[in-house]
Amino acid sequence: MKPAPFEYHAPDSLEQVLDLISQHADEAKILAGGQSLVPAMNFRVVQPSVVIDLNRVAELSYIRENGNVIRIGSMARERHLEFDLSIAKRIPLMTETVPFIAHPQIRNRATIGGSIVHADPAAELPVLMLALSARLKAKKVSGERWIDAQDFFAGMFTTALEPDEILAEIELPFMPPRTGWSFMEVAPRAGDYALMGVAALVTLEKNAKCKQAKLVYLNAGDGPVDAKEAAKILEGEKLNDKLIESSARLASEKEINPFGNIHTSPDFQRHLANVLTKKALKQAIHRAEENLQ
Amino acid sequence: MTQTLPVTITVNEKEYKCEVESRLLLSDFLRHELGLTGTHVGCEHGACGACTILFDGESARSCLMFAVQADGHTLTTVEGLAPSLSSSPAGGKEGELHPLQQSFWEAHGLQCGYCTPGILMSMIPFLQKNPNPTEDEIRHALSGNLCRCTGYQHIVDAVKLAAEKMK
Repeated sequence: MKPAPFEYHAPDSLEQVLDLISQHADEAKILAGGQSLVPAMNFRVVQPSVVIDLNRVAELSYIRENGNVIRIGSMARERHLEFDLSIAKRIPLMTETVPFIAHPQIRNRATIGGSIVHADPAAELPVLMLALSARLKAKKVSGERWIDAQDFFAGMFTTALEPDEILAEIELPFMPPRTGWSFMEVAPRAGDYALMGVAALVTLEKNAKCKQAKLVYLNAGDGPVDAKEAAKILEGEKLNDKLIESSARLASEKEINPFGNIHTSPDFQRHLANVLTKKALKQAIHRAEENLQ
Repeated sequence: MTQTLPVTITVNEKEYKCEVESRLLLSDFLRHELGLTGTHVGCEHGACGACTILFDGESARSCLMFAVQADGHTLTTVEGLAPSLSSSPAGGKEGELHPLQQSFWEAHGLQCGYCTPGILMSMIPFLQKNPNPTEDEIRHALSGNLCRCTGYQHIVDAVKLAAEKMK
């Protein structure tokens, strides 16, 4: 239960970070909040020979509004997301979801970028990236590029980042007007990994018909699962229980692909997805209706 | 190849200058290098909460950090709650238990005591932010710390009592 030896670097600028990564891309691990990497190192599941610690790079830690988006530096702590007033106002889905992540002691250290890049299918923040149509800025020595969230998650613990790139910034559009939201999950104990979870967003037209919907699931496949068909059948319709029922069935029976684990069978996960989808959609619709005026 | 790095870390208001190996966990640094064995080590992967300390005033798992990361930072461990010689960073008085510790004593909030330091260090910032917590809030705040003896009821009672005492 002790990490293997490694060479430690704690640069204090992004430029130095990128230089170090370009030198050590194959053998280095980036240390963000350390709440997933350090346990893996303690177990020696991961034995990097070089660790590049981002915790002294102040320029990667910010949350700021810019036009119609919120820009978040990849080293912003989850605890800061939880209490940020701008996020609460513009992206209330995030404010509602973050307290489900582990415990305050973990969220004090854990970062948004670390969780996204770790790409654990059971994690909450990757789900939010898809639900909120985030754009992710990757940087390397020779330049930068933007990656849409839907192209970022490439499978279990795998992302579209190249070995010499780091995630520098997350760009989240404000939730549109007349939008309701909900995040629900079922975990054996508060803070544990959830057996199943869903983020729901519903945007209504002024005439109360559904303009756009999103349903994204955690622990439902090898990454966050965007149930596009289940969302699509809601669009253009005046929402009612029958449609909600159909959407939940489509998502839970056809679109998700849960594997089960020691705590649950895939069948039970599908059952949870069905129940959670109905509850989350109802809450999201209710909140959207409250925002209609 | 063993890399060691110089660090300056303030623990319980005392400054320590040491050379540490980069892979040394902060929990092991506190226990083995500084002799502050009040910080306990349970699971060593962030699940049990026994190693919780205050890192710049916020609760954190010391087994999920390297000692080198604490260079230049300010830590409080359970030893800092009821100091025998200096004033307590967390607000206790010399020669007395901190009101939170006193409450755990009075309400039988521990049996074997292994998890207690981690629970205390989680509850200090919790009670600072929520001086009047409900039982639900207390139970939620305790969810990041495992106790295998008490069944939690007396721990909840102790935190309630502490909230009263600390008003």
